Amino acid sequence: MTLGEKPGDVPLLSVEEVVKRFPMPQSILGRIAGRPRLAVNALNGVNLSVHRGETVGIVGESGCGKSTLARCLVRLLDPDDGRVRFEGRDIGELAGAERRAFNRRVQMIFQDPYSSLNPRMTVRQILGEALSVHKMRPRRHISARIAELLDLVRLPQDAAGRYPHEFSGGQRQRIGIARALCVEPDVLVADELVSALDVSVQAQVVNLLLQLQEELSLTVVFVAHDLRLVRHISHRVAVMYLGKVIEIGPTEALFSAPRHPYTKALLDAAPELDPGRRSRQAAARGELPSPLDLPQGCLFNSRCPFSFERCFAERPLLGERGRGHRAACHLSEFGTPTFVASVKAPA
Amino acid sequence: MSAVTDTAFEPALSVKDLTTVFETPGGPVTAVDAVSFDVMPGEVLGLVGESGSGKSVTLRSLMRLVHAPGKVAGTVLWQGRDLLSMRERELRRVRGGKIAIIFQEPTTALNPVLTVRVQIEENLRAHTSLDGRQRRARAIELLDLVGIPAAERRLGDFPHQFSGGMKQRVMIAIALASNPRLLLADEPTTALDVTIQDQILKLILDLRDEFSMSVVFVTHDLGVVAQTCDRMAVMYAGRIVESGSVTEVFSEPHHPYTRGLLGSVPRGGAERTLLTSIEGTPPSLAAIPAGCAFHPRCDFAVERCIERRPALEAIAPGRMVACFRQADVAAEAAAT
Amino acid sequence: MTAISPAAQPRRRRIRVARLPLTFVLGGLILGISLILAVFPSIFAPYDPIAMDYNAILAPPSLSHFFGTDSFGRDVFARVIHAYTVDMQIAIFATTGPLIVGVIVGALVGYAGGLTETLFGRVVDAVISFPFLVLVIAIVAVLGPGLTNMYIAVGVIDWVFYGRLVAGEVKVQKRLDYADAGRAMGYTPARIIFRHLLPNAITPAIVYWMTDMALAILLGSSLGYLGLGAQPPAAEWGVQIADGKNFMSTAWWISVFPGVAIVVTGLGFSLFGDGLAELLRTKR
Repeated sequence: MTLGEKPGDVPLLSVEEVVKRFPMPQSILGRIAGRPRLAVNALNGVNLSVHRGETVGIVGESGCGKSTLARCLVRLLDPDDGRVRFEGRDIGELAGAERRAFNRRVQMIFQDPYSSLNPRMTVRQILGEALSVHKMRPRRHISARIAELLDLVRLPQDAAGRYPHEFSGGQRQRIGIARALCVEPDVLVADELVSALDVSVQAQVVNLLLQLQEELSLTVVFVAHDLRLVRHISHRVAVMYLGKVIEIGPTEALFSAPRHPYTKALLDAAPELDPGRRSRQAAARGELPSPLDLPQGCLFNSRCPFSFERCFAERPLLGERGRGHRAACHLSEFGTPTFVASVKAPA
Repeated sequence: MSAVTDTAFEPALSVKDLTTVFETPGGPVTAVDAVSFDVMPGEVLGLVGESGSGKSVTLRSLMRLVHAPGKVAGTVLWQGRDLLSMRERELRRVRGGKIAIIFQEPTTALNPVLTVRVQIEENLRAHTSLDGRQRRARAIELLDLVGIPAAERRLGDFPHQFSGGMKQRVMIAIALASNPRLLLADEPTTALDVTIQDQILKLILDLRDEFSMSVVFVTHDLGVVAQTCDRMAVMYAGRIVESGSVTEVFSEPHHPYTRGLLGSVPRGGAERTLLTSIEGTPPSLAAIPAGCAFHPRCDFAVERCIERRPALEAIAPGRMVACFRQADVAAEAAAT
Repeated sequence: MTAISPAAQPRRRRIRVARLPLTFVLGGLILGISLILAVFPSIFAPYDPIAMDYNAILAPPSLSHFFGTDSFGRDVFARVIHAYTVDMQIAIFATTGPLIVGVIVGALVGYAGGLTETLFGRVVDAVISFPFLVLVIAIVAVLGPGLTNMYIAVGVIDWVFYGRLVAGEVKVQKRLDYADAGRAMGYTPARIIFRHLLPNAITPAIVYWMTDMALAILLGSSLGYLGLGAQPPAAEWGVQIADGKNFMSTAWWISVFPGVAIVVTGLGFSLFGDGLAELLRTKR
């Protein structure tokens, strides 16, 4: 598949140098004393583009900013700096009918199957509301459309009259998907879609997402911490660390030959399903630095086994490392070394 | 009958017919149903299952840590004595002493108003005869052992001053204070990020080697089992449905549920293809289907599976399965 | 269907009548009877509540006067029954306005957050730093005694309590994903606030409303007792208690029966409120 970065091709959704800070609460005394207000640096200049029809996986550990980014994509949050473009238009500037059209065309599916549905509305009301607010169907066709949607997400027809609490977690995620599909969006942003579900149910929902994407030619941004899942469903993967994309590339290239030491550590740390391949070495040392106070130079320098002087002085830029494969690491700037994935000693 | 047998050693822990029933307004709910297994010295046994499989309740039942309406029956033999019939006083000595337990949420398992030092020394005082200065030295040693940097300086810190991963390390340090022979771990890494999970898993394995502890590891993550356990028991609806060495179960699952579970996790290499999922959802313990509890979700189910519940039977040394059609399942798994 | 967990099977049907909380049924019964008495007092009252009978002054309870008579020879039973009209009216009129205003303001404040919320917080602080009764008395004293002025006095203050409850609850609900889902769907703030957040946030306010109605009756009686509320010779429990205050040792029935009526009606409201809370609890 030649999805990805063709020159001259306008991406459907693009993120340009997006910065988002969440100021910490400050005492009145501190404010009077003029102490600088601390802020969590959630996104520190993120660049990303999403092309029509592809699935882009965004992966990283907690605190890497992946959920904040997802929220910026659907404009639940407005960036402090930089912009998000949809079909070339800055979504921060959309208003009125254009804003509503954007809201319709870019939909989000949420992580928590319990809090993402209004507990006082039946499935019929939840779906019917989205259909009628966006005038997707004339009033008399709404029930028929709801029936279609339930079929689409493989829920029984009698689900329409029930309340969210009557469903299991996996079924609620299907309702969430149906709600997003009501408005016939172009893009689905899925934030940890299955992480709250049991393993056997996760697979059902992932399968559903793959089938729906095929059937409805959707563009999907799949945000998750689970590398195996992201690898399974994404055409391209972006790895985030401390509010920056530190590596992005076609799934296969990124997983087989990661060009950033953090990606490599992440891949090695994910417990492999093969009991015959065990390693006894921890993949990464140390822990995430505080997002209140970002390190100088490369954000990963304190934990990187390869860091050298330059890594502490200068923050590496996301540079070309192969076809559509980019990494932000001084080491891999010269083409070497490629961190061969998963060199694990047999147990 | 034990799910995991090995004739070479005496088991460190031997569980027989462990059954835990909760009395609820809607009638009795059996959370753990006649579960039997052995844990060998120095062995890591994984209890795997989804939510409601009874894996965590099993772990808590071993130590009689089940809350009020729950009743535990069966025997749990530890060094020749039954933990379930032991008097509360004696059990307290075993708990946190020779058998230590760590939980999923280090944030709630640690007391927020006591310093780490107080919490470690508390355990040392209860289970060792060290004096004050020795206790302090030992506490530093333990924090160092579990990989907390600048251990001496952090001794006076409160739990909230540690990150999630560091809290779990502190939990482990507290657990290790009494030189346990058996560590019960209830999803100890589920709340952690993958690089931190990796560090904690490796730490537990190192400690196992160093102190030749046995470990019972409760988890829902098959990757964690593959990477850390020697043997595994798969639980479904309160029962063990399959057990054996991790290598064997992974390469040759005999129970359709194990097979489905393994198929549900993407392995890499077949991107964007459909996963072999299991239809439906795990049953609620209050409404476990009759016959084999898995039959409504099972592709192999036949008449028999609806009528009777298959017993957990040995199919090879150290391998047990509870399925009427286990041979067919294995054959089909080998064919694909 | 067998594959669907029991959580997925319909279980709303069963809850219907048999599972109504006992408190709800009991409270509802008391309130129902109270309302009937309030609307049709003359059906149940054997005498005119203000008709004086000088032949039966301070008569103790008997078959002809169940609750005895007061110092003007008025039948206490008839007066207690007729007072239902006034006191239930106080309960409803004094609280419904504040409920509506408070819920709307609270929902808007809770959703807006920020400076609006800070300002509202100051208003709340200012109001609750005075004892409620003292504040109401002060306002009535300025406006003059009487029921209408009492409603105004209560209305000016009471909405703040509802506002505070609802604002807090909306603030919690606003952070849940379903609110974000609505925003991501492009719904207007009004729709999100009133269609989505409010139904999930209003329960504490409704339950407080029940308590508040009981409190309003107490307040109305207190003002009546002090001569600031309902005016004699109107039958009102507080007025009646005040009528009997000089005869407590000789004619206890004048004050005690209206007092019992206050307690029973108050109990009805709080039982009903408890039951309602149970019924309206969100299922997750």
